[in-house]
Amino acid sequence: MGDLLVLGISCIFVNNILLMQYLGNCPFLGVSKKMETATGMAMAVVFVLVMAGAITWLTSAYVLKPFGFEYLQTLAFILVIAALVQFVEMFLRKSIPGLYAGLGIFLPLITTNCAVMGVCLINIKEEYDFIQALVASFTYALGFGLALILFAAVRERILLCKVPRPLQDTSIGLVSAGMLSLAFFAFKGMV
Amino acid sequence: MAKSVVQEFTKGLWAEIPPFRLVLGLCPVLAVTKTVENGVGMGIATTFVLVCSNVLISLFQNVIPKRVRIACYIVVIATFVTVVELVMQAFAYPLFLKLGIFIPLIVVNCIVLGRAEAFAAKNNVGRSFLDGLGIGIGFTLSLTVLAAVREVFGSGTFTAPLSSAVSLFGPDFQPFAFMVEAPGAFVCLGLMLCLMNMLGKKS
Repeated sequence: MGDLLVLGISCIFVNNILLMQYLGNCPFLGVSKKMETATGMAMAVVFVLVMAGAITWLTSAYVLKPFGFEYLQTLAFILVIAALVQFVEMFLRKSIPGLYAGLGIFLPLITTNCAVMGVCLINIKEEYDFIQALVASFTYALGFGLALILFAAVRERILLCKVPRPLQDTSIGLVSAGMLSLAFFAFKGMV
Repeated sequence: MAKSVVQEFTKGLWAEIPPFRLVLGLCPVLAVTKTVENGVGMGIATTFVLVCSNVLISLFQNVIPKRVRIACYIVVIATFVTVVELVMQAFAYPLFLKLGIFIPLIVVNCIVLGRAEAFAAKNNVGRSFLDGLGIGIGFTLSLTVLAAVREVFGSGTFTAPLSSAVSLFGPDFQPFAFMVEAPGAFVCLGLMLCLMNMLGKKS
């Protein structure tokens, strides 16, 4: 139990998926202009990532490894994730149309969110067992959500400031992401 | 609106150079640019996938059903990424180990899927080939420049592809380690984007 807690904390803070592992940066910059979309994206990623982590781990352990198809890992994982995202999209459109409208173009883009694919690959690479993979997926997703929401709050403040013209928009966004990343850097060595 | 064939190629080198003009595919840009060798290797791998997937998708543009087109594109891209993975394991194993999970992650690089959707699906094979090549070379150039800045300041070395690191400033140099860590990657890319905006305003 203690080990899992350590794993969880290291996934949220020390190895934060966005700011330390550089994964999932396109949605990070894309949906972080407004708090609402950032929260929606964070929830969608938590939902998708836990399911994707579980399903890809099972695919790897019970389909790819027994038959020696490990070299097809990339292809198999992306197909599983794409199907899953399609399902989530259909589910949201039917039951939560408000959120669906808010996320707009970014929902299909979860398929190409490297955070989702990246965590699934890390789970296999680090040879986690099923429970560890579940915990890692969930906490990586929480870390993603935390960083995304913090960053959205920072960006809403930046909107009120006078930024020099060439630095506007993405440019100042990246620089402030760097500052946020510096703050997360302090967690290094904690676990 | 119709561009000449040469323009299809050169737009990737300046007017639409990723990731500065097209702000897509940032993850590999930030992650692998610690050394020049990694940056160039990643750029070439991505270029190969871009060109092959662009050509194949534009060949099949009339066969692929509209509703499941994204899934079809992803299968095509994933196949070429697997090819790159296996080739790199065979011929460039040290580089393969250094790039780690970022090789399979070319599958989810938004630039590749973005070009497939925005360009290859609507244009003929020749143009799609040039578009993929231009964007790919532009991407490689950006990675190289960013990696050079980060490596020279961050560790005081320069690693040309397929050779060992060369120390530039002698043994007394105190490296500016911030540059090779995660925060430095974000700040450095942000400042380069700002520089590109300034240059773009003039022309």
